[in-house]
Amino acid sequence: MKQPLIQARDLHKHYPIKAGFLKADQSLHALAGASFDLYPGQTLAIVGESGCGKSTLARILTLIEAPTIGQLTIDDIDAGTNINSATKKRLRQTVQMVFQDPFGSLNPRQTIGAILQEPLLINTDLNAAQRQQQVLQMMARVGLREEHYYRYPHMFSGGQRQRIAIARALVLNPKVVILDEPVSALDVSIQAQVLNLLMELQQELDLAYVFISHDLSVVQHIADQVLVMYLGKPVEHGPSNAVFAEPQHPYTQALLSATPHANTDQKQQRIKLTGELPSPLDPPTGCTFHPRCQHAMPACKTDTPDMKERHNEISTSCLMY
Amino acid sequence: MNAITKLTSRSVRLQQWREFWFYYSASKTAVAGLVFLIAVVLMALFADVISPHLPSEQYREFAELPPAWMEGGQMRFFLGTDYAGRDMLSRIIHGSRLSLIAGCIVVVMSMSIGILLGLIAGYRGGWLETIIMRIMDTIMAVPGLLMALVLVAVLGPGLLNAMVAIAITYTPSFVRLTRASTITELNRDYVTASRVAGAGPVRLMFISILPNCMAPLIVQGTLSFSTAILDTAALGFLGMGARAPLPEWGTLIAENRDLMLSAPWTVTFPGIAILLAVLAINLMGDGLRDALDPKLKRS
Amino acid sequence: MSLLDIRNLTVEFATAHGALRAVDGINLQLDEGEIVAIVGESGSGKSVAMLALMGLLPWTAKVTADCMLFDNQDLLLMSPKKRRKIIGKDISMIFQEPMTSLNPCFTVGYQIAEVLAQHFGGSHRSHQERTIELLQQVGIPAAETRLKAYPHQLSGGMCQRVMIAMMIACQPKLLIADEPTTALDVTIQAQILDLLVELQKANGMALVLITHDMAVVAETADNVLVQYAGQQVEQRPVKALFNNPRHPYTQALLDALPERSEGQLLNAIPGVVPGQLDRPQGCLFNPRCELVQEHCRQQPPSHQEGILCHYPLPLINDPAPASGETLS
Repeated sequence: MKQPLIQARDLHKHYPIKAGFLKADQSLHALAGASFDLYPGQTLAIVGESGCGKSTLARILTLIEAPTIGQLTIDDIDAGTNINSATKKRLRQTVQMVFQDPFGSLNPRQTIGAILQEPLLINTDLNAAQRQQQVLQMMARVGLREEHYYRYPHMFSGGQRQRIAIARALVLNPKVVILDEPVSALDVSIQAQVLNLLMELQQELDLAYVFISHDLSVVQHIADQVLVMYLGKPVEHGPSNAVFAEPQHPYTQALLSATPHANTDQKQQRIKLTGELPSPLDPPTGCTFHPRCQHAMPACKTDTPDMKERHNEISTSCLMY
Repeated sequence: MNAITKLTSRSVRLQQWREFWFYYSASKTAVAGLVFLIAVVLMALFADVISPHLPSEQYREFAELPPAWMEGGQMRFFLGTDYAGRDMLSRIIHGSRLSLIAGCIVVVMSMSIGILLGLIAGYRGGWLETIIMRIMDTIMAVPGLLMALVLVAVLGPGLLNAMVAIAITYTPSFVRLTRASTITELNRDYVTASRVAGAGPVRLMFISILPNCMAPLIVQGTLSFSTAILDTAALGFLGMGARAPLPEWGTLIAENRDLMLSAPWTVTFPGIAILLAVLAINLMGDGLRDALDPKLKRS
Repeated sequence: MSLLDIRNLTVEFATAHGALRAVDGINLQLDEGEIVAIVGESGSGKSVAMLALMGLLPWTAKVTADCMLFDNQDLLLMSPKKRRKIIGKDISMIFQEPMTSLNPCFTVGYQIAEVLAQHFGGSHRSHQERTIELLQQVGIPAAETRLKAYPHQLSGGMCQRVMIAMMIACQPKLLIADEPTTALDVTIQAQILDLLVELQKANGMALVLITHDMAVVAETADNVLVQYAGQQVEQRPVKALFNNPRHPYTQALLDALPERSEGQLLNAIPGVVPGQLDRPQGCLFNPRCELVQEHCRQQPPSHQEGILCHYPLPLINDPAPASGETLS
């Protein structure tokens, strides 16, 4: 059995919010207990809507921030609450990230060559010629031409910019790539091209992906395991085909039923979720999903459920079970 | 790396300049301003060659001579002479050097300190930001010229001290602009991407963030250049800047102010020189703003 | 009698690099109470066409059409003053970004009352009752208290509901929705789409839904218009389009969806949508078309049975294919 590349146990993140001169500081509980194992060559999808904590999790996994509580091990190295800058430097070559917005994730004032060389410049001892060589190789791999080296980001389309972002993530030869909604801003036909590129690269380089998305049809296609989150808490976790075939948690069921399908014959029986997403600053008591849940019981208002494993290797946190 | 890609780098830069010129030249006044400014710079560079006389040479017998086209004037002293018989035209030509140098030094000083402080304030935040901004607020609360006078009184009169004083009064606007841009850019994805790649604070501030803040800073810098010329002239006029016999334009007006009614050309022409130089730079600055602001660009 | 009749609408923009043809020969006929979806990717000109209809394009745009009739009134020749009476009252439009579509300086109640005051006269206060009614109609709870809320205090879904309330205030005959749910979460998206269909049925409005999401189209529309690079390539009823797409682009677009993939890799369409400077000769889709023939590269196609293609895919269950059709 291979060793997991990432082992996350019960990750929490609190942000202090200053409420004013005389009031006590509030705390935003952005992430409330995420746990998973990720193996090489695997894709973990993190699914959820605004405020579910997926961006916070991405920031913790890329070491931009440290978790407040919890254990995180990346490539056998402790990357949790007590991480220091030397460890960060070492792990940077292991974990990299691709961002959502192809128009904002590239520095408009740097050429593509400079953008792609930057990680090498900071983290390796290669000389200029060697760096250039590696960058050109990576550009060819993602489908960019040599003459793009001296061009600026605004001269490229959304799909091409996302390829540049992928090249930047891969130039340090990482083992894990965090992908934060990498295709959400792209057209359908370009989305397919970029997803194919990602899947080919995963097979070729044995990469592990953490794929954050709200698009369930994409997730169903690309993910091996799925972690569904709501207001910072994990609500369902399991192998992708099991979760999609038989979702256990009412929120997952609602998400799946809300996703439209390109099929005119299938008339959906929609599970209507009433109400808006509550503010993370003022979450509901007990199970945070209870105000919108169709199966809510009186106990749901007071008791907080934990993640329990059920059949099909799916864990879910719901008081029904 | 082969020759093809090297060529592409030059052609990309060329294309960028061409595109910049396309937007800049859309404004005729901006081009006029640029042309005039280039003329002034050339005049300053070749002052020794162009000017008909030495600026400090006195022709006592020709003191207070009117300009050539007025009665009593001579072609030899085209714009007339001042109270000591020095040729006005030569003094104005040489004075352009001083004004341009003053403008440059003031802008370079205030921009470099201002940008550095602004970057630090925006990037670090916290108590450092508070201290920097409150100091800047204090400087801004005092009227610029008054503060310059006080500083010159402390440092002693002279052109260099005047420039330092004026530079200090311009620094807060650069600090504010840079800090505002830094705070906006700090949350952008590309800065986070550099962070994930391991960039330290210095690289983030100067290579990632600063180039994206330059547009408003360049415009402010251009306008500060013209204001610096005005302020240097004002200090010179008050006797607190360049001392006579330096032919700085403001000093020229100061030393001839008793002749304002009897020999008006001695104060009018330096005044016109200041007016035209400042106008040209302001028009150029307007053109730069239009060219650098992407929102004003047509499709 | 059709409510909206657009024939051969063309929009050209004057740019630094010459004229850009953003919309090239669009035809759209809409009856009362019908839902039409306009589908396309970036650069397809779908938003521009509807903005031209509303008269919301900048001065650099040149709009021409053989015919642009709304409720028997000619929109092409109409004066701006007369147009302003119709826009917002009989034709309304909601946009993609709900948070930025509302004026951040004014309360929600004020903005809705403004629309009513503009078209029906009277002060803002006199329309308060109707405003509350509208907010309730779009499903905003505790409507009376929300009147005084500012847009930044509301979530994206709420803002979009407020936009919808503003736009149906005058009971328009036609509502144009430009990607109304793209910026919203999945569960909110479902709510907003259901709301739109519900309101459309209740008020007998016609609805034009502009989107790039084929799945949304499948579940909502009656008729579908597919656009590519400014041209209209296919116009069919929704069931027929999804079960039997006739233009190669429509077919490729449906095949590229993750839910229609067989095996690991998706069926991507190679290449990119042509921009202003690299428009191909002949058919605009030819560089990316799987079924391309030499003829396609030379001659631009004309509309055959509503399909802009030299060799449209055959109608399934049609025993006698149209003459002159060949397939590689």
